[in-house]
Amino acid sequence: MADFKLNINGESRQVSIDPNTPMLWVLRDHLQLVGTKFGCGIAQCGACTIHIEDVAVRSCQLPVSAVGEQKITTIEGLSKEGEHPVQQAWLEQDVPQCGYCQAGQIMSATALLKANPSPTDEEIDQAMNGNICRCGTYTRIKKAIKSAATTAQNS
Amino acid sequence: MALIKTSYGRRSFLKTSAMAGGGLVVGFSWLASCNPSPKEVAEMPKEWFEINGYLKIGDNGMATIMSPNPEIGQNVKTSMPMIVAEELDIDWNNVLVEQAPLNTTIFIRQLAGGSQSIRQGWDGLRMAGATARHMLKQAAAKQWEVPVEEVTTEAGVIHHKSSNRSVGYGEVASLAATLTAPEEVELKSLDEFKIIGTATRNVDGKKIVTGKPLFGIDQYEEGMLTAMIVHPPAFGLTLKSFDDAEARKMPGIKDVFSIKTYEKGKAKSMFDADAFPELIVVVGNSTWEVMNAKKTIKAEWQPFEGYEEEFANFSGDGSFSVKVPGGMENTNSHKEKMEALSAKLAKEARKDGNPASAFKKAAKIVERSYTAPFLAHNTMEPMNFFANVTADKAILSGPIQTPEFMEKSVSSRIGLPLDKIEIQMTRQGGGFGRRLYGHFVVEAAVISQKMKAPVKLVYTREDDMSFGNYRPAYHARYRAALDEDNNLIGFHVRAGGIPESPLFANRFPAGAVENYLAESWDVPSNISVGAFRAPRSNFIAGAEQSFLDEVAEAAGKDPIEFRIELFEKAKNNPVGENNDYDAERYAGVLKLAREKSGWNGNTTGNVYRGVSAYYCHNSYVANILDMEMKEDKPVVKKVFCAVDCGLVVNPIAATNMVEGGTVDGIGHAMYSGLTFKDGKPEQVNFDRYRLIRHSEAPKDIEVHFVKNNEHPTGLGEPPFPPIMGALANALYKATGQRHYDQPFITKRPVVS
Ligand code: FES
Ligand code: FES
Repeated sequence: MADFKLNINGESRQVSIDPNTPMLWVLRDHLQLVGTKFGCGIAQCGACTIHIEDVAVRSCQLPVSAVGEQKITTIEGLSKEGEHPVQQAWLEQDVPQCGYCQAGQIMSATALLKANPSPTDEEIDQAMNGNICRCGTYTRIKKAIKSAATTAQNS
Repeated sequence: MALIKTSYGRRSFLKTSAMAGGGLVVGFSWLASCNPSPKEVAEMPKEWFEINGYLKIGDNGMATIMSPNPEIGQNVKTSMPMIVAEELDIDWNNVLVEQAPLNTTIFIRQLAGGSQSIRQGWDGLRMAGATARHMLKQAAAKQWEVPVEEVTTEAGVIHHKSSNRSVGYGEVASLAATLTAPEEVELKSLDEFKIIGTATRNVDGKKIVTGKPLFGIDQYEEGMLTAMIVHPPAFGLTLKSFDDAEARKMPGIKDVFSIKTYEKGKAKSMFDADAFPELIVVVGNSTWEVMNAKKTIKAEWQPFEGYEEEFANFSGDGSFSVKVPGGMENTNSHKEKMEALSAKLAKEARKDGNPASAFKKAAKIVERSYTAPFLAHNTMEPMNFFANVTADKAILSGPIQTPEFMEKSVSSRIGLPLDKIEIQMTRQGGGFGRRLYGHFVVEAAVISQKMKAPVKLVYTREDDMSFGNYRPAYHARYRAALDEDNNLIGFHVRAGGIPESPLFANRFPAGAVENYLAESWDVPSNISVGAFRAPRSNFIAGAEQSFLDEVAEAAGKDPIEFRIELFEKAKNNPVGENNDYDAERYAGVLKLAREKSGWNGNTTGNVYRGVSAYYCHNSYVANILDMEMKEDKPVVKKVFCAVDCGLVVNPIAATNMVEGGTVDGIGHAMYSGLTFKDGKPEQVNFDRYRLIRHSEAPKDIEVHFVKNNEHPTGLGEPPFPPIMGALANALYKATGQRHYDQPFITKRPVVS
């Protein structure tokens, strides 16, 4: 057990926990931030994607002790009311089927667009390949990413 | 408008409060934990009036509509309430949707399976809306002292034209709620539909994209414990003993014990299928702690003797028995067995004409065999369930496709009567048939009963993948006889599987060929299987459609023309009886796909095309798939889908289902498979079990619906099977090689 002070979604949160605990479970079990999903636990599905300093990271493989003071963003912190252009594009394209993978998809997509505001199809594939959608919404996700990229550039 | 009597499920139109012992269970705080925005609060009514079991009207004119069926991603939570809202005649913007709990007094068939929610729900949902609308009209007529025939409705407002009076639904809701449901009501005619047929976005969309708790695995309650299971590592093994000394000492661990999910000798339904009915359970405070403790359990397993098990069938009016042999099975020996059996005479399922003589006099015979491996469902959200069992009540909540069946299973297992068991359905992170089999619901209940505490049972991905009710392994051998003029004069299919056959004896091309023989075989196995999105079709469609492609080629005919000729025959001059398809609608989707894709039979430039069509679960789908080769790798450039599912309720969601089914079909045919060594699944997580990924998905999918006014049918399953045929046929064009064994591509790309 150890105490950690974490910077999550702009707030300072305190947990007293086994230092090896992956951020995924810190978020889900200890902070009730359950938007970040468990899919595989071995960094293969992307359901647990969060941002560490704006970079997409698989939280199931990230021990809480490795985070330090870095800025953590989860799906809950992406925007207050879902007004982030990527979330808006997701709604506009009506992307989700079951919806379970979508928080992870959105987190990967927002990190991609932050680093590369107008990605090519290949760049989208590359950045998103670690996020599985079992329902097969890939074509809509790509459309949503492109439309979010356009909106962001026009605004 | 058509006048219809409410005799159809009239009980549905009673109020829940009028129901003996019924009533809705109270929503849990953790399900309603998303804070509504200030704007939403301002819009909320002060009081709700229940008009019938399906809907409430607020004093401000808003409606809450219950969505009866489990939502597994097929979008019923939006499309079912749309149907109610249509007949209620209300503005969709004034509708709130709630997931109904299991309530067999009000709702019928609260089950997600067989692509039947819309098809079988349609009449009842319309009646629910129409009944409520009628009662609101009656209330207004009463207030105005005019005959009800003189009042009309429009988007939530009631009008009396001759006296120029209007009133909103909200203002008469309290009076309407006191009226009795009418004996007969008017339904809208199809051309009056405003909501049905209009693109309507997912009612949970905003919650999904903002990460609100929606799914079973997201549930949390004060004092709740987390439970995980340890199950035998291989099929064919059962628990002998275990040492939990280390686990018990670990932080956060509350208890370790073994449970029997189903007791021997107790009646089971088909959805109680359970490969591992005895499990070790670890219970603790948090997932990570329990996960770690689970790893320290030292268990000894032992092989079991073969046995036979009895299951009640779907309707509960009969039963069937399943042979479960002992031993640890291997994929290699499965393959040998399938080869051997496919070479032998099997059980005749249908015979028309004289197939033997047709093959004897044939000018050309084409013979091919197709195989596909076991598949794990791999819902993105692993199996989980919440249970809080106390001495006199059991509250269960989570992702389950068969709540009604599970209520009975839990009741019989924990010894509480049905009316003391409440089942709530959360949004489900995928179903695909896996969550029809709810042993995990019973496990959660048994664990909670033992712990005397609320418990959330969670499977790891490894548990989920190695404790499945898998898609069986299949094999199909086809023969076709062509005469001198390249007419198809004989057709023979011999199909089987481990442990069940994929054969549909009465499906196409049965009915279109004079001499037809269908045979079936199976091999018992202790690897547990179950329904997987479009059961049996999910293999046989691709096999049959690949084979027909080869037969068309051997006959020197265009593959679409070849099929359409057969449908003409089946339509005008059908062979045999019980042909399980409508030849005209079947040909219809092919023609639509041909038109939309500009098919001319030829490869254009470096684009290679494959075609297929299939019918299952009451809907018809045709595909044309365009493939390119890039650095020796096949790339699916575009897929054209033509679909006949009757009237389309929600086009944007229907399109999504077709797109998803298409991606799913390509993915499984191309990459997925579960193999066994000594009873052990060789793939237990996504590092070795390949699912289709972004870069492998079609670059574009174009979906076209046949426009007709046929009774709406489902889309959860129908778009999935046929694409495998179009894929195989395009692969042949692109590579010059036919692909007979799924998965077509086994090489694993590296994912960082
Ligand atoms: S749960 Fe982290 S990548 Fe799958
Ligand atoms: S929407 Fe279901 S897994 Fe992506």
